[in-house]
Amino acid sequence: MANEGKPEITGRDVLARGARVMVRAIRDEPRIFAIAVLASCLFGALVVGQATVVGWIVGDVVAESFNEQRHVASGSLVLAAGVLLAMGVGRVIGIFGRRLGSGYMMFAQQARYRRRVTRRYLELPLSWHQQHATGTLLSNANADVESAWFPLAPLPFAVGTVFMLFGAVGTLFATDWALALVGLVIFPALFAVNVFFSRRMAPRVSLAQQKRAEVSAIAHESFDGALVVKTMGREEQETERFAQKASELRDALIRVGRLRGLFDPLVESLPFAGTLIALIVGVIRIKQGAIGLPELVSVTFLFTVLAFPVRAIGWVLGDLPRSVAGWERVEKVLSATGKMEYGEADVRGQDAATLRFANVNFSYEEEQPVLHDVTFTVPAGKTVALVGPTGSGKSTIAMLASRLVDPDQGMITLDGADLRTLTSASLSRNVALVPQIAFIFDDSVEENVSLNRPEADDRRIRNALSIAQADTFVMRLPEGVDTMLGERGTSLSGGQRQRLTLARALAGTPRLLILDDATSAVDPRIEARILASLRGSAEATSVLVVAYRRATIALADEVVYVEQGRVLAHGSHEELLSKVEGYRNLVTAYEKAEAEREREHVYDEDDLPEGALA
Amino acid sequence: MFSLNAEEQEKQTPQSTWRTFRRGLALSPELKVGLAGTLLLAIVSMVGRAIVPFAIQKGIDLGLVGKDTPDVQVVAIIVGVTLALLVVTTICGYLMIRRLYQVSETALANIRVRTFRHIHDLSMLHQQAERRGSLVSRVTSDVDTITHFIQWGGVILLISGGQLIVTTALMFAMSWQLTLVVLTAFLPAILMIKLFQKRLAAAYAETRRRIGHMLAAISESVVGAPIIRSYGTSARTAQKLDKSIGEFQAAQKRGLFMSVMSFSTGEIAAALALAAVVIAGASLGADGQLTLGQLTAFLFLVTLFIQPVQIATEVLNEAQNAIAGWRRVLDILDVQPDVADPAEQGVELPAGPLDLKFADVNFNYPGGPRVLNDIQLEIPAKTRVAVVGETGSGKTTFAKLLTRLMDPVDGQVLLSGTPLTTVKFSSLRSRVVLVPQDGFLFDATVAENVRFAKPGMTDAELDLAFTELGLGDWVQGLGHGYDTRVGERGEALSVGERQLVALVRAYVADPDLLVLDEATSAVDPATEVRLQRTLDAVTRGRTTVAIAHRLSTAQAADEVIVVDKGVIVQRGSHDKLVAQEGSIYAKLYASWLEQTR
Repeated sequence: MANEGKPEITGRDVLARGARVMVRAIRDEPRIFAIAVLASCLFGALVVGQATVVGWIVGDVVAESFNEQRHVASGSLVLAAGVLLAMGVGRVIGIFGRRLGSGYMMFAQQARYRRRVTRRYLELPLSWHQQHATGTLLSNANADVESAWFPLAPLPFAVGTVFMLFGAVGTLFATDWALALVGLVIFPALFAVNVFFSRRMAPRVSLAQQKRAEVSAIAHESFDGALVVKTMGREEQETERFAQKASELRDALIRVGRLRGLFDPLVESLPFAGTLIALIVGVIRIKQGAIGLPELVSVTFLFTVLAFPVRAIGWVLGDLPRSVAGWERVEKVLSATGKMEYGEADVRGQDAATLRFANVNFSYEEEQPVLHDVTFTVPAGKTVALVGPTGSGKSTIAMLASRLVDPDQGMITLDGADLRTLTSASLSRNVALVPQIAFIFDDSVEENVSLNRPEADDRRIRNALSIAQADTFVMRLPEGVDTMLGERGTSLSGGQRQRLTLARALAGTPRLLILDDATSAVDPRIEARILASLRGSAEATSVLVVAYRRATIALADEVVYVEQGRVLAHGSHEELLSKVEGYRNLVTAYEKAEAEREREHVYDEDDLPEGALA
Repeated sequence: MFSLNAEEQEKQTPQSTWRTFRRGLALSPELKVGLAGTLLLAIVSMVGRAIVPFAIQKGIDLGLVGKDTPDVQVVAIIVGVTLALLVVTTICGYLMIRRLYQVSETALANIRVRTFRHIHDLSMLHQQAERRGSLVSRVTSDVDTITHFIQWGGVILLISGGQLIVTTALMFAMSWQLTLVVLTAFLPAILMIKLFQKRLAAAYAETRRRIGHMLAAISESVVGAPIIRSYGTSARTAQKLDKSIGEFQAAQKRGLFMSVMSFSTGEIAAALALAAVVIAGASLGADGQLTLGQLTAFLFLVTLFIQPVQIATEVLNEAQNAIAGWRRVLDILDVQPDVADPAEQGVELPAGPLDLKFADVNFNYPGGPRVLNDIQLEIPAKTRVAVVGETGSGKTTFAKLLTRLMDPVDGQVLLSGTPLTTVKFSSLRSRVVLVPQDGFLFDATVAENVRFAKPGMTDAELDLAFTELGLGDWVQGLGHGYDTRVGERGEALSVGERQLVALVRAYVADPDLLVLDEATSAVDPATEVRLQRTLDAVTRGRTTVAIAHRLSTAQAADEVIVVDKGVIVQRGSHDKLVAQEGSIYAKLYASWLEQTR
């Protein structure tokens, strides 16, 4: 699920694609990248320079003293030591610029794209959200962004190293052509090994990533459903399911490790081999009189100090496949086109709003229509009850009415204005939806109710809490309205959560209130009180309420009866009761059941043998 | 409330780090498999780094210095032997990494699975005390930090440590005087690095905290999308997100700065050491105590000496992460399931329908007020009982105690005379099933969700179950019938539909005691009534306990138990209780009637 549609990362084009991702980062942060690369080049130049200096010191400054057992003039020694020290300081400056620069660049890119991705989440329509698993969206904003910019950390170092390699080859040529040839063999060989491995590595790493996502998805789902697992006693089977994926991940990682085991020692040994070959070649050249001892020492030193930086190239190349995979997932979010665009229009007014559904068709999946030709009106200031059996499309109508989704065909209007033409602000100011499952933010009671809306002032919050019958229990919370509710409000009962979300809707004084079976977890007596106070205060609000209970329906001026996504009838409760059989069955179900039970009861008692009742 | 929260436990002392490390190793004995061999390979491969400077020294001293013409043959032999050794050490390096991956991945895959199982074995209370995300990270990223450390850091630390020792030994062998010069140059740096290390640990702890906050903010913005959308609070959410993202970034930067400071200290020390070696070396050479080859080798060795120190500081940071991850895994494994399976010592529930008994049962959540107070209750087998009461009266707690999702603080719950705490889970869970209010479904098909309770169920049996509960038509009306995918948590179905599937799932589990906790709260009345009838018919002969606020359930029950403020205030048949004027049940029923008539 998490990886569906993910383009497979093949070894062949991963370098080109990876390079494009890196170029994008450089365009985003050109200045800091330039600083990091310059610092890295400074470092590289000093490393190469140091090799020459060491050669000079060994060959020219101190060699005499060794040969002739005579103390060198302290002046040139101090100079040599001073140069080494100064070069050390220069290297530190280089390291500072390079590491801070590349780190800050990577962090800046991560933060930038985390912001962009989460911003996109807020912009994309709900229908898009419904098609993507929560876990996937989380990892897009976190792990994928992170891996996309991972190669940025060693990138300036690698660029500096390439510069350094050119410098080294230049130095080598300046020294001696034969030694330069050694460099020309070793350095390209190093590069080739790096490229070869990063290509071979790409599919393995991407497989491991995929397995990792699968392991995480299973854990997520299994812990989410922990209660079901527990009450059904399926821990063993769940563990097996998890163990299966965990072992696939293990195998994938071991495959990665085997390749790495081949790569790491090889890439480390090559410069050492270069040093040794340079030594023998150098000795031959000394014999031929082409070079002297200082040149030999600096060349061998050069190979030694290059061993480590050259690996930076390997790090960049090694991280590229992950980067490409991560970036492509991030890009999918950024380039996802949501059909939900808000308009420019606004509807205003102190009075209640009129909602109208005109010939609305809707489906979540193609060929699976959920609503057909739905037409009804919630007149201004009226309450309309939406009644229908389980799965008939009521919640979908509630979502359409609050424009969480758009109809495939037909139109939904508020005060005559198509919902699609309204601004987001206008929409949320006018319409409030209380969904069936209450969602509580990890924040205080007050923040949860006000959501920082300017219109939700203290007085309105208090008022809303009291209408929703939430004031009593909120007062009993340790810190009243300032109590922090924790993740998803798990410290509250289902009924309490529902009452808070109802208060949230009321605090904005909407002109249209949509209640989607929003009191299902509230006790009858409390619900009765909520309904009573709603009635007392709902003059300026039109209400569309999904309901089963008679009392709620009785509150409505009109009832719309839906079955299998069609409006079968609308009218007053009495009308529908007498005309529509499905409706009658639904709302009188309890009475009928009771009557039937009583009949059976009587029957049972009749059946009993004499004296049994005594 | 519980000691699982890693955030509060970031304080790491060397002792606790060491303890965690030892305990972690004890937990995964697999890690020690072939450890000696792996260590040997590591030592050999590390020697590869030190032999090259050694070869250069020998080459210069034996082949060049003091000779009129260089002795190419001697140098060729030295180079040839060293190259051969290099090949050997490279192969050893390969074998070591290979073994390390094999061993560590195997060991940590096992840890993953064990932790996963352990989390499921924890009581519901423990599970809920933790954020979902943080439970998931116990079996994913926390374990990953350990493997990552073992495979990268561990190898590097091992090699670096070895390199440090071997280079020091080589240096001593060549010239103890120069070695002392080098060590003196490094001493202040090493002390400084230690200081930075401390600050670095604090900075990394802060980074981990920040990333936790950021993830929570992102998660909320994704899960709460409908509310954010319909209340137009995108701007506020974006602000919150930006803040948490920015704070994380700032923490990352601070950590990096500290790390660069400590790395640079090592670099300065290296330069200092090089300079000192040149001056001291020249003087020693003049006195004939040092050869030119040795001095050259020394310059190489100083580089090889500082590298491991620098790398070790980097790796130690990672080690902090790994230890923290390891500790989080250990912490959760340390939590003893307070509702534990007696397993082998346990007994089976007696066969046949179950009766139930609450004897002096008291319950309160940790640190909370009493939820259930001195409950005494006996319910005969095959009875259908409804438990009613206001929100917060203790109904759901009652259901959880009955199914042993929690244990009473004192008192006992007995099924057919057997205390629940002595019953094997395998027996308990197959005979007693709870259907919770939120019909959680797995992201699979309808059929697969039902089969969760009874794997290997045939299609015919599946069909029969739905038909028996009168849901055959409903399931055929779904897009793809039994093969309809229900989406994440079942969210492709309506809430009522999810409850229907959850109910069928419980039904096919064929329990002797069925506990329904408002299991049909979102189902329409007609379906509910129909379901209840069919359920009554097919579950006749078992005991059912239904928690309900729809009193239709109570009306249909053999017996109603009214709970108020944690005490049983009324019990008896619906008719009897309604007749008790002014009673809680009579009032509940009156308001129910008012709402449904």
